Amino acid sequence: MGSSRSASSRRLDQGLESVMVWVLRAGGWASVLVTFGIVITLVKESWPFFQAVPFVRLFTDTMWTPLFSEPQYGIGALLAGTLVTTGVALLVAIPLGTILAIYLSEFAEPQFRDWVKPMLELLSAVPTVVYGYFALLTLTPLLQKIYPDLPQFSMLSAGMIMGIMIVPYVTSLGEDAMRSVPMLLREGAYALGDGKLGVALRVVFPGAFSGLAAAYVLAISRAVGETMIVAIAAGLQPRMTVNPLESAATVTAFIVQVSLGDLPHGSIGYQSIFAAGAVLFLMTLGFNLAGHALRRRFHRAT
Amino acid sequence: MRPDLFHALQAKRASRRRSIDQWFRRLGLFLTLTTLGILGILLLNLAMNGLARIDWNFLSSFPSRRAGEAGVLSAWVGTLLLMMVTAGAAIPFGLAAGIYLEEYAPKNRWTDFVEINIANLAGVPSILYGLMALGLFVYQFQFGQSVLAGGLALACLVLPIVIVATREALRTIPSSIREAAFALGATRWQAVWHHLLPYSTGGIATGVILAMSRAIGESAPLITIGALTFIAFLPPAPWVDHVPFVSFDWLFSPFTALPIQMFNWVSRPGEEFQANAAAAGLILMVITLSMNAAAILLRRRAQRNITW
Amino acid sequence: MSVAPEIAGRDESEASASDTKALPKVQIHGLNFFYGTNQVLRSVTMDVPALKVTALIGPSGCGKTTLLRCMNRMHDLYLGNRYEGSIVVQPDGTDILDASVDPIQVRMRFGMVFQKPNPFPKSIYENVAYGLRLQGMNRRKELDEKVEKALREAALWEEVKSRLHQMAHNLSGGQQQRLCIARAIATDPDVVLFDEPTSALDPIATSKIEELIVELKKRVTVMIVTHNLQQAGRISDMTAFMYLGELIEFGDTNRMFTNPAKPQTEDYISGRFG
Repeated sequence: MGSSRSASSRRLDQGLESVMVWVLRAGGWASVLVTFGIVITLVKESWPFFQAVPFVRLFTDTMWTPLFSEPQYGIGALLAGTLVTTGVALLVAIPLGTILAIYLSEFAEPQFRDWVKPMLELLSAVPTVVYGYFALLTLTPLLQKIYPDLPQFSMLSAGMIMGIMIVPYVTSLGEDAMRSVPMLLREGAYALGDGKLGVALRVVFPGAFSGLAAAYVLAISRAVGETMIVAIAAGLQPRMTVNPLESAATVTAFIVQVSLGDLPHGSIGYQSIFAAGAVLFLMTLGFNLAGHALRRRFHRAT
Repeated sequence: MRPDLFHALQAKRASRRRSIDQWFRRLGLFLTLTTLGILGILLLNLAMNGLARIDWNFLSSFPSRRAGEAGVLSAWVGTLLLMMVTAGAAIPFGLAAGIYLEEYAPKNRWTDFVEINIANLAGVPSILYGLMALGLFVYQFQFGQSVLAGGLALACLVLPIVIVATREALRTIPSSIREAAFALGATRWQAVWHHLLPYSTGGIATGVILAMSRAIGESAPLITIGALTFIAFLPPAPWVDHVPFVSFDWLFSPFTALPIQMFNWVSRPGEEFQANAAAAGLILMVITLSMNAAAILLRRRAQRNITW
Repeated sequence: MSVAPEIAGRDESEASASDTKALPKVQIHGLNFFYGTNQVLRSVTMDVPALKVTALIGPSGCGKTTLLRCMNRMHDLYLGNRYEGSIVVQPDGTDILDASVDPIQVRMRFGMVFQKPNPFPKSIYENVAYGLRLQGMNRRKELDEKVEKALREAALWEEVKSRLHQMAHNLSGGQQQRLCIARAIATDPDVVLFDEPTSALDPIATSKIEELIVELKKRVTVMIVTHNLQQAGRISDMTAFMYLGELIEFGDTNRMFTNPAKPQTEDYISGRFG
């Protein structure tokens, strides 16, 4: 009697087990479904756009005005905005993030580092709309004091704040990479009479290079995809320019600008933001895959 | 034989390296404090411009064309409702996926693909989740520009955060715990339910808090699904006075949210609206920063309490 | 009395001949060393003879590696470490533990080879040139000559001369360790410190390194930490036996291995502990 009870409870356990396997597996599938959802939606909704627009005009047109009565489809005008704001952001984030990573990994005392690193990470937790506010209403007026001709919306101001936002990505990943360089390697250089900065630059930096490169690439991906800061502070007019002192829309800002208006399903405006989204997806996908490949390579090497 | 161990030239080089180190140490400390200082300036700036606006009226009023009368009632209620949908969707799916990948998944190509997929998903710009939600939830599934569509968009956005946190929390539990459970005849699910999940609550909770804090601050996906409208009403309440006493009509209601409201005010000319924006921003900052601080403390404590 | 077989076979007269007083290169006097409050070395006093190989032996945790790392002030890299006593380098009589002495200068005169090969993530050439550049040598021709000389002395030149600009990581473990030796001797240090240099290598690579060390003492003073008694017997002229942070016995290697003065030394050498 007792053994049959335990056998039946055993069957119950087994039944629950096989149900839970399926429930949990469904959770794993959900993440794949999200990716498929993004890809399929982008392809499906932008398809009519790419059907209607001659492919070559994406590159030969010099303006991006798909909503005008005589539309122009020069996606370069949007890419220029993305390129410049990202460039400015990287000019801030890569030197600053790298110096902080070197300082925290090689110079700072462990307790100080343990306290500072999470504080720095708070910088990337600030809502981006707040950064946008700060860029438009605080940094831009400040920059205008130095350079009075700076317009109210400028890629310089947006890019600089975006740079501050991505500093923690560079510092955090970079510091992890540098710290995983074995101590033995550092000692080899110290034993030859090198100083701390020398060891950091000549031994640790090359030793952690693929890890640092991964940090840079992932930071680029962040900057390319950032939306609110540029939508608020860099301007919403697509403009083919590489001058950071001007205003220009990025790929992401264009999507926001069109979304702000009335957007009937299937209209050319509706299709154009999916087209811009598809371009954005391909760019960030490239950076993300490259970043993860570099990270993997780094972890295998150490 | 060298007459003197320490050549003057070497001494000069050594002391130069030493002073370069000193100089860099000062530079690093200065830049670290400056960068942290930006966070302080950000908070101070918002407080100076917006703190005066925050009072009961601000929290209990709808947006208005007159800046002085406008408030964030519909915005914070919208944010709250969005978070209910986001948490309701992201936590169960994220936990399930995390448990599956860490405890069940066989090592094969499909699992590799799922892992790369999650890593990539974490780097997809948030606005693309908005485009997906616009095409899929708003139009394909006919949810409209609703709380449900917005909440699900945010849930997809933070799903990778929950998955990664769950996996990392489970990974810190030594395999001897699993083996001990299996040795007593537990099924895999029993090992998970009785042992692994209870022991990793701290880590999972940290991830969930970070995920929610990220979702609260997001505006781009919500703008994309068309949430930037003038909302001077509240969605229907989730409770009603007749059977079955709960209602899900609010899921299909239009909404606004705190970051959206802030964006709206930032883009308007006039200092008064900017003060409103600063006030909304201050509320957002306080919420997200305290959630992050809580997550940091929780993680610290979880690490300290590990006894294996 | 049981002793290691290859030691027992040695000629007694040879041992007494090499017991003659050599010039001291490094005089360690009353050296105490602390990790925080934990004392790891207790008043170690010994004269390391010039142009000889001095082996430090003893059970693990006895302080032999700690002593070696005092010689080039490696402990200064970590917080909470403290030295007492003196380490005087001859012929100039500088006390390298003196507060006025810059550890960077000390390390430019004391080469070090580590337990595991640790080539930098750079080319073979740049690994050897690293220390030379630190000492201010920048002329290509001079660097080329010095790098070649060091690689020849490390018996590596023939193997790598055609691929000097390839990454050092592509070398085998034994080659990497010889590269590290070349790196350490390129700057003509007064003393080269070896910290169990063959513990990560196979027997063939080990014997090459041992030959090298014996060859090296013609022009530099060598100190080597080893846990391998046979190795100490094969390559060293002098041996220091350490136990629990103290220097128990220090003397001519052959004499120590055949006729140790202290019972602990005898117990250790005969394999009764450690």
